[in-house]
Amino acid sequence: MTSWLLPLAEINRLWYAVPLIVSISLVYGATRHELWTPILDHALRFALWIVVFMSIFFVVLFLVSWWL
Amino acid sequence: MANKSAVGYYEPVDVDLKNPVTAAFLAFLWPGAGHMYQGRYGKGLLFMICILSTFVFGYTIGGGKVVYAAFKKPDIRYAYFFQAPVGLPALPALLQSGRAARQAEPLFGGFMAPPHVPEHAQDFDELSKWHEDLGFYFELGTVYTIVAGMLNVLAIYDAAAGPMYPPPPPKDDEAPTDKSTENDDSTP
Repeated sequence: MTSWLLPLAEINRLWYAVPLIVSISLVYGATRHELWTPILDHALRFALWIVVFMSIFFVVLFLVSWWL
Repeated sequence: MANKSAVGYYEPVDVDLKNPVTAAFLAFLWPGAGHMYQGRYGKGLLFMICILSTFVFGYTIGGGKVVYAAFKKPDIRYAYFFQAPVGLPALPALLQSGRAARQAEPLFGGFMAPPHVPEHAQDFDELSKWHEDLGFYFELGTVYTIVAGMLNVLAIYDAAAGPMYPPPPPKDDEAPTDKSTENDDSTP
């Protein structure tokens, strides 16, 4: 495997983030609201926010890893 | 309590917190128990499932080695301070830590017992062996269990004080604040 492909081999580890994102967003949503609809709505938006935030950092680190 | 259909997204809902101190203590002991005590069964169940499954998943992928309490150099387990708020599920580590300090044999087959600390550099280092065996999963399990502990801090707060409602979004058609009407009691 060429060295620049090595970061791709690590992508499968990102799946470990999924249960954490689900758990964190649901608990956080539940601490901001009392009813189910706003809890789930808040949790969904918060999960998307986390995914976007992590994706930006992933891309930045992935690109940086090419020059290191 | 207000009519459910009329409750807006950002509108607070009346919650009977009963005795907040008791609720917070129960929420600390067992995630979701404080909410069950208050009759908030749905949220209690949600907290219980999310927090306990995160903790158990982390403990399992960490080979059952990632939750232990150690307070003496060279191995001070700082992670335990963040795992401990998950309550009873993490408390056996304290018991085992006390027994280890008294040089007593660990209970329950070493469940949540701290690793043996070598007295000399050339002696067997159990913690290093755990890291060697588990590698990435030791850190991952530690992260999961820490997150579970921190999430229960949020749940404890929710049991003690109710939901932290976000501020309402500004309305587009809202007129600029007029200072002359700010202190007018008749304004809703």
